[in-house]
Amino acid sequence: MTGIKELYQYRDLFCELVRKGIRLKYRRSYLGVVWSMIEPLLTMIVLTVVFGTLLGHHEKTFPVYILSGRLIYTLFSQSTTGALKSIRQNEGLIKKVFVPKLLYPLSSVAFNYVLFLISLVVLAGVSLVLGVYPTIKMLMAILPLIVLFFMSVGVGLILSTLGSFFRDLEYLWNVGLMLVMYASAIFYYPDAILESKVSWILSYNPLFCVISNFRSCIFGESMDMTMLGYSAGFAMTVLVVGYIIFEKNKNKFILHL
Amino acid sequence: MSDKVTEAIKLENVTMSFNLHKEKLDSVKEYVLGLVKGKTKKQMFNALSDISFSVNKGDRVGVLGLNGAGKSTLMKVIAGVYEPTSGNVYKEGVVAPMIELGAGFDVQYTGAENIYLYGSVLGHSRKDMQQRFDEIVEFSELKEFIDVPLKNYSSGMRARLGFAIATVVKPDILILDEVLSVGDAKFKKKSEAKLMSMMDEQTTVIFVSHNLAQVRRICNKAMILEKGRLIAYGDIDEIATRYEEMTK
Repeated sequence: MTGIKELYQYRDLFCELVRKGIRLKYRRSYLGVVWSMIEPLLTMIVLTVVFGTLLGHHEKTFPVYILSGRLIYTLFSQSTTGALKSIRQNEGLIKKVFVPKLLYPLSSVAFNYVLFLISLVVLAGVSLVLGVYPTIKMLMAILPLIVLFFMSVGVGLILSTLGSFFRDLEYLWNVGLMLVMYASAIFYYPDAILESKVSWILSYNPLFCVISNFRSCIFGESMDMTMLGYSAGFAMTVLVVGYIIFEKNKNKFILHL
Repeated sequence: MSDKVTEAIKLENVTMSFNLHKEKLDSVKEYVLGLVKGKTKKQMFNALSDISFSVNKGDRVGVLGLNGAGKSTLMKVIAGVYEPTSGNVYKEGVVAPMIELGAGFDVQYTGAENIYLYGSVLGHSRKDMQQRFDEIVEFSELKEFIDVPLKNYSSGMRARLGFAIATVVKPDILILDEVLSVGDAKFKKKSEAKLMSMMDEQTTVIFVSHNLAQVRRICNKAMILEKGRLIAYGDIDEIATRYEEMTK
């Protein structure tokens, strides 16, 4: 638990690191924060046109379906990749001053989470325009989002530990993320797969569980409690495993940088 | 345990070793190949071997030694950057490591933003830094450049800013690794004066320098490191004379 205590002592640095990420991301760009809203909007349009045509999904709310899935996937992929790189990125600092190392992957996930929350504005806008109106069930969306946060932290901790020993893990993880994307039903409806023999691809994919529950909340339906429980259990497991292996190895990082 | 109160730093049998061949195994590909081919041999190197000493509160210790003697490694072990391979390090109070000034600066950030960033790296809150902001700007003499991104600073300007931030809050233990060799003669004088003023208040100082005259001026004790071993530790005059003879 010393890791958590140290973290509390350095909470100011944590805020500074998150703030730095956000400020530098938008500095010198004319569009500023607007950019993080335009990007998902453009991807949504492309995906809707391509996959809507290809798969024959012409429902009016299909863009909302795509956008909600994609936003969550983007958060997961950006924050885990960010955490993976965070130790190497802060090499200069790690070699010169003592700072709790847990701060680096954690601030990286938090920074991406803030960007994600900003981009939710786009989802709200698109939903209203396309006639998906908020219901009381939408408030429940906070649950899958909390699960997603802890899942990203856990996976991020595991990756940042391994990533400081293996330089090429970044590329392997990119391949892994691509597989996760295809197995998360982002731009297709999951029903055909869920009814087939390979339904495990989706139902045992914790990220799909999060996405699916998040969508249910957006569309005013009830969440699948099995999926919620499974994804929460997965998140807690990776969080604990990630914390333990990170704390166990954190003093060795510097020898490999 | 009564003597523990006056000890600011204590090292017990500290050894720090590095694997010189570690760069051979830092990708998954090479790791798998290594498993197939059998273990690659390790070549261990002891940067510090079996070092024990203690520093009393308020002592100012100069660390002398040739290049590669392990001075910087020792500083990093005391600062907590390295976890020693074996042995223990005890510290009492707040440590301000000045191993490299401005570690943690971001070059895209302005000077003002870096004050808060570096302050938080050293463990100071934003509020603390707000209160001391003017003091830092004034001491570093960077008033007209404070809103300029750090990438446009000269190395002397960066060092001045780093020094001003690192010394604005009085630490209990100050670790200085050749940081006084930066800046022009005028700033050097000013920073030395600042350090001296910080030292009257029971501050423990560990000072690495190749400038023997400076070490004699600042320190009351000294140690000599040679190839990772502590070969002498005692009063400044005795040690400095011995070091002078060694380097003749």
